[in-house]
Amino acid sequence: MRAVDLLSGVTRQAAAVRLRLTARAFGLVFLCFVGMGLAITAVVAVGMVWLILVIPVLMVVVTAVRWFADLHRRWASEVLETPIPRPYLPLPERGVLARLLALAKDPATWRDLLWLLVNATAGFFLVGMVCTLAMSTIGFAGLPVAWPFLPEDVPPRTDEDFRSLTGDWGLVVVTDWQSALLASVQAIPMLAIWWWATPRLIRLDARLMSWFLSPTDASMLSARVEQLAESRAETVDTQAAELRRIERDLHDGAQARLVSLGMSLGLAEQLMANDPDAAQELLAEARESTGLALAELRDLVRGIHPPVLADRGLQGAVQALALSYPGEVDVEVSLPARPEPTVESAGYFAVAEALTNVAKHAHASQVWVQVWYADGRLRLAVGDDGKGGARIEPAGGLHGVERRLAAFDGTVSLTSPQGGPTIVTMELPCVLSSPRISPSSETG
Amino acid sequence: MRVVIAEDLTLLRDGLIRLLEAHEFTVVEAVDNGPSLLRSLLTHQPDVAVVDVRLPPDFTDEGLRAAIEARRQIPGLPVLVLSQYVEQLYARELLSDRTGGVGYLLKDRVSDVAHFVDAVRRVASGGTAMDPDVVQQLLSRRTHDRPLAGLSGREREVLALMAEGRTNAAIASRLFVTEKAVDKHVGNIFTKLTLPPSEDDNRRVLAVLAYLET
Repeated sequence: MRAVDLLSGVTRQAAAVRLRLTARAFGLVFLCFVGMGLAITAVVAVGMVWLILVIPVLMVVVTAVRWFADLHRRWASEVLETPIPRPYLPLPERGVLARLLALAKDPATWRDLLWLLVNATAGFFLVGMVCTLAMSTIGFAGLPVAWPFLPEDVPPRTDEDFRSLTGDWGLVVVTDWQSALLASVQAIPMLAIWWWATPRLIRLDARLMSWFLSPTDASMLSARVEQLAESRAETVDTQAAELRRIERDLHDGAQARLVSLGMSLGLAEQLMANDPDAAQELLAEARESTGLALAELRDLVRGIHPPVLADRGLQGAVQALALSYPGEVDVEVSLPARPEPTVESAGYFAVAEALTNVAKHAHASQVWVQVWYADGRLRLAVGDDGKGGARIEPAGGLHGVERRLAAFDGTVSLTSPQGGPTIVTMELPCVLSSPRISPSSETG
Repeated sequence: MRVVIAEDLTLLRDGLIRLLEAHEFTVVEAVDNGPSLLRSLLTHQPDVAVVDVRLPPDFTDEGLRAAIEARRQIPGLPVLVLSQYVEQLYARELLSDRTGGVGYLLKDRVSDVAHFVDAVRRVASGGTAMDPDVVQQLLSRRTHDRPLAGLSGREREVLALMAEGRTNAAIASRLFVTEKAVDKHVGNIFTKLTLPPSEDDNRRVLAVLAYLET
């Protein structure tokens, strides 16, 4: 009994999918005409580009074509269940002419036009087949009811070219209700063909779209170059800013303290003979000064590369972070080996920033950190059961992490519904070095 | 008192030797790397060892690991670990065997000679010497802790000094109060934190540290 239910459920679902696809096909047939119109307008506008007046029209047409292509991209990626990225190169910020030139130089613009033509022909055929199959099925099935209302056989049925509605219906000539009933039986094979072919035709159409609308290898490469140039510029900027900060910290901190230390010592030297008490006071002051200078240097070093990270790798360093967090933090680190030092450091600072955010904003009672490695990526997740509603603000801490990780092709994702829980997940592609279990598991 | 020193920077090693010998310690060996430290600790079994965390060959935490390993083989072997920075993780590892006779101090503390020598002697006699920074971190981590929040300002001061490993007498002189007053504060602290009372200074220190660690 249950098996039958299950089967009918599956069939219902399959039928719903096919009906939805058929509805889509009708929409797509219509869109094929729209696309054709767009293509013709574009070609005409290109031909008349020497007329200054046409330039705005051309811009509008190209924008429309891109929007139109995006629509189909989205649809095809739904059908194929793989994302189809946009192939377009970024446009210059200002200048209509500059933008137009960039558009003309972008091969994706021309591929779009080519696709419009293919879509209006081959694409039209594929989705048109789905529509035809569906309509024939309905037509055959409806004959017993509809045949009396069909118009008379206006051109004589002897005329082979003009078969009318009441003439041949498939293999049957409909003249009365018996023949109509007989003809309607043909709905069954039609339905079968529709059932079998619809998903296949639609998939083929989606393939066609993905073929023309996906970025080519060349455009993918150039987009990658663009992205790398951007992240490199950001990395260089961040590092320069970091160096400036270190220079300033040294100048205002340890350096200044050493200068004052030297002065105290010099003064103490002079006072030693005449005023030993004052000299002693100065010496005590000098000692204090060394302590402060060392404390400042320590903070600076921690900010550059935390010693515990060098000693113990991510495992120990994340544990150390958890220990300095005000409250309990559950830490789970499972790494088969250590990542590259630069990746380790980026991951460490990312977790540190995320924990700082939790401590500052979340009002959480439970906090956890997980670090693991899967599919060639180092993954770090920081979660809490706080109030949620966190966002990656520009110029905020997490935005800084995002930029820092971009240098490694890393990503930051944040889920934080109102009322929590909040989870920040950071991913860094990397390879792990030779397997070496971190020593903290031996002593800890 | 026989001391083993492990420090890779010649300047600091010589300074430590001079400082300790000036205070009636006998430096039986001064080594400059992790493996020889472990060997030296096991062969000499000194009254106390003064060890730098970061040593060759890896320049990570060899010193700490050698010290922990030596203490595993000779339980209670007194070791005072020095470092350019303090890390709670390391303090926890040093304290994990709960036997006392451990110290963990910032290298800067050496410049306060009297205190430093006192810390070495304390560790040698089975006591504890935790850096004020470690204690501060431990305390600041527990800001939401109920029993800790219930302590008075003076009690917190006493608790911090006790966690550093100081005896009641030392705490009394530090806070300019009588030893009896300190005893009373300590009694209050133990009641408020619901810790079992103890007459022994060392055991009290370890109990307090264990409480703060968890």
